[in-house]
Amino acid sequence: MRLFLASVLIPLALMICAAAAELRAPAQVTAGKSFSLASTGNGKGMLYLTGPGQASKRSVMLGDEIQIRGDEVEHAGRYTAVICDSGNCAATHFFVRAAEPAKVSLLVHPSRVRVGQPNAISGVAFVFDKFRNLVLSPTQVDFKAIPKQGAAVAQTRPTQNGVTWIRLTSATKEGPAKIGASLGKVSELRVVQQVASEACNLRIKPDWNGGKFFAETEPVRDCSGNAVSDGTVVSFTKVDASGKTTVDVPIKRGVARVQMPLKGNAKILVASGVVTGNELSVEGRQ
Amino acid sequence: MKYFVPLLITAATVVLIAIAWVNSGGMERERMRSSRTSEEAVRLLLTQAQARNWDRAHALLANASDVEKSAFVADLAGSNGSLLTFANLENFDLWPLHKTDREASMRVKLHYSTAVGPLEDVRDLKVQHEGETWRVVWPTTTVARVAPQVIPVNYLRWDIINRGAEDDWGVQNVDSPQVRILSMNALQRPDRIVIVGEVVNEDTVPAYVNVGATLLRPDGSTFAQESSFDKISHTLLPKQVSPYRIDFPEARMNQVKSVRMDVKSLLVAASADPVIEVSDQRLQTDALGKNLLLGQLLNQSGQVVNIPHVVAAYYDDSGKVIWVSDGYVDQALLPQIPVPFAVDLPDDVAPKVHNYHVNVNYFNVNRS
Repeated sequence: MRLFLASVLIPLALMICAAAAELRAPAQVTAGKSFSLASTGNGKGMLYLTGPGQASKRSVMLGDEIQIRGDEVEHAGRYTAVICDSGNCAATHFFVRAAEPAKVSLLVHPSRVRVGQPNAISGVAFVFDKFRNLVLSPTQVDFKAIPKQGAAVAQTRPTQNGVTWIRLTSATKEGPAKIGASLGKVSELRVVQQVASEACNLRIKPDWNGGKFFAETEPVRDCSGNAVSDGTVVSFTKVDASGKTTVDVPIKRGVARVQMPLKGNAKILVASGVVTGNELSVEGRQ
Repeated sequence: MKYFVPLLITAATVVLIAIAWVNSGGMERERMRSSRTSEEAVRLLLTQAQARNWDRAHALLANASDVEKSAFVADLAGSNGSLLTFANLENFDLWPLHKTDREASMRVKLHYSTAVGPLEDVRDLKVQHEGETWRVVWPTTTVARVAPQVIPVNYLRWDIINRGAEDDWGVQNVDSPQVRILSMNALQRPDRIVIVGEVVNEDTVPAYVNVGATLLRPDGSTFAQESSFDKISHTLLPKQVSPYRIDFPEARMNQVKSVRMDVKSLLVAASADPVIEVSDQRLQTDALGKNLLLGQLLNQSGQVVNIPHVVAAYYDDSGKVIWVSDGYVDQALLPQIPVPFAVDLPDDVAPKVHNYHVNVNYFNVNRS
């Protein structure tokens, strides 16, 4: 009988003792905002608070409201609070959600794109609070594309799980396009360089100057009329009695020009990348 | 006893000096000082050049008064930071071509070791009999000099500002250039598999390009992996096309099921200058029966190009790349002064060549 009483009553007493200190957290906690944990029991205890990117320990008075400072819960995520009183511990879990949207990060790809490419530009916006927590609740983000010439295009998109995106077609005119995302007063801006496409109707013409022969392209443009970037290589090939001559010349101020000595009749070909141009037949002068 | 140790040290020093003298070709130089045959005359001259004893080598020439010493030195040891200035004349081979009592012709093959691998130079030298000795008649050359002038250079230069470490997350970097492999052709050579083709920079910025290939076995596992190394023009300006060649020594086609190609590009700072003209290109067979692509390089800009590198692509009648060969030019390119080049071509490929394209790459000593 004595043994029975001991085996039943001692665990019961321990249970009562363990339940003496209890801890309750609010249903919702916002990052960076102070709140309190409700505790039961009496006397001194020790509070342990662990969460994403932080852990703390301090002594508290049981039975009082335990104040948690805002700077202890700046990171969103799951936290655990443990309170211990002379070997007996009680724990509670709570979630800290992100604070109000305060910052938007914008990823725009690519940084260079050819003109007239459908859905070639993507802009992805991530919404964060002031503590760099991803704001998971739906938020409206205003996207804006500002071309070098012409009217700006604006679209508003809601975030899903903190992210939203748009796809844009590159303009038909070359030049920088500014892609922006804004959220209230905060905004981010990126620049996408829209560049000319392949050369179109590449043509060369002969030019005699001071008794020397020059082959020169007409202004090199793509099929939309944009000037092909300076520095783009144009290959000139001359075939005459002396053999074959090749010169890779970068475009300068819109045209590529090269001096080529002639021996008799010559055939001159031009190409830029995979694009070929016209063929020129010239007769050497003495 | 007190003299024994100094005497021993002195004797050992003398023996070591003698060994060094013999190893440096001193015995051979001494033996050939007289140059009693045309072959000995050429050997003596080249041995002096090998030892970089230029005064003595120049004095040995039959036409020393007609040949500028600086031109002679530049001919054998390079100048203006050219490839030969980073080379050593390792050895040479001689063949008599023609000989009479008064004069002889000798063919000499010079073997240089250079910073980019072995380099061979074949020359025909004339040797004259003067009195009791034979002397080499060196081809009369003058040091190419550029007339004082101003060459305006206003070609583009691209510089890059990359994303900084302190930039916020989400601040984009500039994208790598878009490059594309235009063609690829796998060839079985007697001792290797060779992959040749062309790559183009499709972007509007310069690209540093490297092409790699992986040979895959029938079970999909990797058999071998190689890159184009120096058989490509690595820096490509916008829309520039470069041939590439990747060699897999001792590989056979029957060991391979497929090839995986890989092209990597990096955005690099570059300049559109210098422009190098490749003129008078022609396919020819040389005196030794080798098929060569010959031509001249002309530096149209104002800066010296130290080490030019020629990469040539050869096409068949359907426009397919059937071979890529390359070669370093041992002379620097001075502004406006043409320099000849030659790259070789395998005998079995030469008859199939319908067209070719030469690309010039370069390395400058003072440019990173």
